[in-house]
Amino acid sequence: MKKAFPILGLLTAGLLTYALYQALVVAPTEQTMGDVQRIFYYHVPSAWTAFLLFSINFLASVWYLLRRNPVADMVAVTTAEVGVAFCTVVLVTGPLWARPVWGIWWTWDLRLTSTLVLWLIYVSYLVLRRFSSSGQTPVLAAALAVFGALDVPLVYFSIWFFRTQHPQPVIGGGGSIDPRMLHVLLINWLAFLCFAFLVCWSRYRLEALWREVEEVQALEALAETGSDRR
Amino acid sequence: MSAPTGITWATLAKDIRLEWRSKDAINSMLFFALLVVVVFSFSFDPNAEESRHIAGGLVWVAFLFAAVVALNQTWARELRNQVLDAYRVSPAPANALFLAKALGNFLFVAVLEALMTPLFIIFYKLRALGPAWQLIAIAVLGTWALVVNGTFFAAMSLRTRSREIMLPLLLFPISLPALLSMVEATTNILTGENSAKFWIVLLATYDVVFTTGCLALFETVLHAE
Amino acid sequence: MKFLYAAYAATWIIHIMYLTTVVRRYARLKREIEDLGGK
Repeated sequence: MKKAFPILGLLTAGLLTYALYQALVVAPTEQTMGDVQRIFYYHVPSAWTAFLLFSINFLASVWYLLRRNPVADMVAVTTAEVGVAFCTVVLVTGPLWARPVWGIWWTWDLRLTSTLVLWLIYVSYLVLRRFSSSGQTPVLAAALAVFGALDVPLVYFSIWFFRTQHPQPVIGGGGSIDPRMLHVLLINWLAFLCFAFLVCWSRYRLEALWREVEEVQALEALAETGSDRR
Repeated sequence: MSAPTGITWATLAKDIRLEWRSKDAINSMLFFALLVVVVFSFSFDPNAEESRHIAGGLVWVAFLFAAVVALNQTWARELRNQVLDAYRVSPAPANALFLAKALGNFLFVAVLEALMTPLFIIFYKLRALGPAWQLIAIAVLGTWALVVNGTFFAAMSLRTRSREIMLPLLLFPISLPALLSMVEATTNILTGENSAKFWIVLLATYDVVFTTGCLALFETVLHAE
Repeated sequence: MKFLYAAYAATWIIHIMYLTTVVRRYARLKREIEDLGGK
């Protein structure tokens, strides 16, 4: 198992480099936006990866609430942290793309705003995990994740309707995509998925090790108090 | 169903009696409510042409902050008297306790809103150009949206570090769709420019979804660890 | 375009920052394990 990690690491690095080359060199230049549009190849895969990770977090949280399986909780904290990292990338690359193309750093459009709210919910999730007492953390965090999931469709609808009442130009545009661009987009997504997988694996191992150490420390503390009593 | 209802009403009655007796808490909250309105009036010019458009947002942000202060207060008392531990041990259904707390908070925040509203109307010379009765629906649904989640998160925050800041940190992100709905609905009615119907329906949906969620998960959260 | 490179750089900076926190926590754990082993 451990041998696989460096090999996968190298493969992922290679894939990411290839994907970067595709994004910067091979992909055709967009007609209206120019080269800046290439941010798209990092922005969109990061968003899809973040959403995937948060979905896994939701499933893991439900699993934990139903079965109290510690693995579920470890998956939950891992996907939440890595998800927030990817979501931060989305929120930073979005404005960097919007500014040169549309002249504004931010707009309260549907996608950006719902991503922001999702980011806020999961940052609050991480804060809750850090500030709660360790016995309670898994249950409280899982409950919050469920609430977050319940919130997501409501967030989407509320912003969607707000936009129909107060229309503004849509950032990121809709419409069909050039198949060559789609090809590059998917390559980048694959590369980022592999990267996300490796990061999650590392974080998971860290969590597993940390829990083992905690257990040993707790046992030692008990043993010491026991011997003190004599 | 009579047992949980009985416990709910009993707990609610006790909370109301306690609040009524500790007039200090009520008086300081009332003064706080007045201060909030005044601060907002200083910060956002009430005479500007725009005030009708922003009043909806102002009012609800003011209510939101008042609600957070109220919510932090009500659980703090329980914690001081270790009442929460007694509830965990008792056979009473946790939902009865939750409903009692939520209803109590709702009443408390509603009283604050009822006091702040006339002040806002006076300072901002507010007049509803749309159907004013809908404002009542918005007030009830919106306040419940804040209070039901606020009570739940306050209970969750009880044994966390930095308890007082934890509540708004958890409540605000989750409440954003409800907040948007309340503000838009109120603004639409004040300006008479659009229909508030969609927002009211969305608020009602939010209330149903999260009341169910809170009732489903409160017992779990109460017995965590 | 400057924004393009800034975006790509920002992406990797964010990921490296996160990985640094993971590595640092790992290093601290390793130290604690050594402490435990010593006792």
